[in-house]
Amino acid sequence: MSELLQFLVSGVTVGAIYAAVALGFTMIYNASGVVNFAQGEFVVIGGLTAAFLIAMGVPVFLAAVLAVVAGTVVGILLYRLAIRPAREAPLVSLIIITIGASIFLRGAMQMVFDKQIHRYDGFSGETPLRFAGATILPQSLWIIFGSFAVFVFLAWFMSRTRAGRGIRATASNRLAAALVGINTRWAMNLSFALSAAVGALAGVLSTPVTFTSYDVGVLIALKGFSATMLGGVGSPQGALVGGLLIGLIESLTAGYISSDYKDAAAFIVILVVLFVRPEGLFGKKLTERV
Amino acid sequence: MTKTKLIAAGVSALALSVASPALAQIKIGASLAVTGPAAFLGDPEAKTLEMLVEEINAQGGINGEEVELVLYDDGADPNKARTFATRLIEEDEVVAVIGGTSTGATMAMVPLFEDYEIPFISLAGAVVIIEPTKEYVFKTPHTDRMACRKIFEDITARGLSKVGLISGTGGFGKSMREQCMSVAEESGVEIVADETYGPNDADMTPQLTNIAGTDGIEAIVNPGFGQGPAVVTRNYDQLGIEVPFYQSHGVASDSFIELAGDAAEGVRLPATPLLIPDQLAEDDPQREPVQSYIAAYEEQYGESPSTFGGYAYDAFHLLVDAIERAGSSDPQAIRDALEETEGHAGVTGVYTFGPDDHLGLDLSSFRMLEIQDGGWVPVEQ
Repeated sequence: MSELLQFLVSGVTVGAIYAAVALGFTMIYNASGVVNFAQGEFVVIGGLTAAFLIAMGVPVFLAAVLAVVAGTVVGILLYRLAIRPAREAPLVSLIIITIGASIFLRGAMQMVFDKQIHRYDGFSGETPLRFAGATILPQSLWIIFGSFAVFVFLAWFMSRTRAGRGIRATASNRLAAALVGINTRWAMNLSFALSAAVGALAGVLSTPVTFTSYDVGVLIALKGFSATMLGGVGSPQGALVGGLLIGLIESLTAGYISSDYKDAAAFIVILVVLFVRPEGLFGKKLTERV
Repeated sequence: MTKTKLIAAGVSALALSVASPALAQIKIGASLAVTGPAAFLGDPEAKTLEMLVEEINAQGGINGEEVELVLYDDGADPNKARTFATRLIEEDEVVAVIGGTSTGATMAMVPLFEDYEIPFISLAGAVVIIEPTKEYVFKTPHTDRMACRKIFEDITARGLSKVGLISGTGGFGKSMREQCMSVAEESGVEIVADETYGPNDADMTPQLTNIAGTDGIEAIVNPGFGQGPAVVTRNYDQLGIEVPFYQSHGVASDSFIELAGDAAEGVRLPATPLLIPDQLAEDDPQREPVQSYIAAYEEQYGESPSTFGGYAYDAFHLLVDAIERAGSSDPQAIRDALEETEGHAGVTGVYTFGPDDHLGLDLSSFRMLEIQDGGWVPVEQ
């Protein structure tokens, strides 16, 4: 029983990290239809910036805020310098631009920071909490709470605020959105900023548990993207459920079957779901009118 | 070719002939992964070689001949390594080669050195490099098999035998896991649990929960590299597991203690004496090389040397020693002298080569260390 609980705790912790990354993907996709492959780099920028500031003696919470700001700024620059100049290009080109941006950011981080692995202490200490035979790090609670908070905020923002509806309108038809008076450029800007902020926050929260270095972004993005696909592209609920599901499948497979198969198990479930529901668990069926 | 280019070529050729010194030269080649994924290994190796060549020339060279180092950066790419090996042999006409930071690059170069009969000292870890013994190929780092043996030796010395493995799935962890499985029986231990994790996994508590729940488990060994072992160590601490915990020589550096924090207390691992320069006995043959290497490296580069730089230090000094004893810089004579090396104290261990032993280290060169109060303490045996 305590074993199962430990597996669940592990799965939810890891799943919450995937979910946070997936929420970042969702944000940009919702605004532009672009899958941003530099999303993992936002996570690393958040983690590394926080690690360096804390090492320099900046108080933890100030460092966390500054790291999220740094991520946001990079997100805005990415949009202004790389995506906007190519806005007339087809979607595929924009996606390829984000791949280029991720390679560029990785190189830049090597120069700005270094090639070492970094971490800092958890926000509420390092003493694990014990309950019913299982243990959880206080930082894991921060991660889980953080992901839920981001989800609640994004879900509210996208459906209940003018700016959020503007972003969605921009995504579904940029010309029509502009015609009804939505500042589409501003909407895109906002979505990149928000998505980078979400990514950087994920990095800030997870680094005490997972560690970070300049080159881990690719793998983080891969897992986050899988969670996005499983949950349904563009749906915040989907991102959350998809992330948690993948985390749980991995930890339960590692716990009850074999750790050799945990990645395979997650991908098999994703494949099966996509066969049955190509739009993902929470995705909307798209119908193109011709 | 235009006229100006011709002139330029002529001038540079002239410059080259003017630059060649009156002293006879010993040319030593090297192909290392100075950049790329293995840069954290290759970079200190290259720095070490450059420092040592400078040092030896300041002292008048080997047998009165100046040493020239021809260094290429193969980025741990076997194809590049092979190209550079050809260039070192045919164009640079070196008398011996150090390098191959990674096993892949090393194995790509081996056939060339065997064909052209040039002595080659590899800085990579795997057993395949020297097993079976190849006439012209030597290596300085310990093998992962020796690390497994050393760990198992310590486990049995504590009266324990049932071991759980949790290995990274990267190259290092995978290879060491296989070696540990293969030497377990002869070392008197039984592998009762065998778990793995991916190089970037965030949480290994499910695997560790299973290992801790295995009947009769008495010790846990974690072959791995990079951040994985630090995460495993933290998870081990988080779960409050009591059985002794062993890491590998792959994380034998101060940064591991930094990353794992208090969770690292009590963790044991096999390492080279480079980590404990001040705790070596006065009569320890490795005390002198270890301390002088650390002092020289810190003065030159302002940072502590790594275990990997130590491999290059040993390779270079083995080569110098062989050339001095041979009294010649003929490749064949160097190879023969290398094979006769006996009791050469380096920073990694004390080397004694033989016709069937081109590694030349035994288990005693590995020190079993325990992390106590955030520092390294040798385990009394």
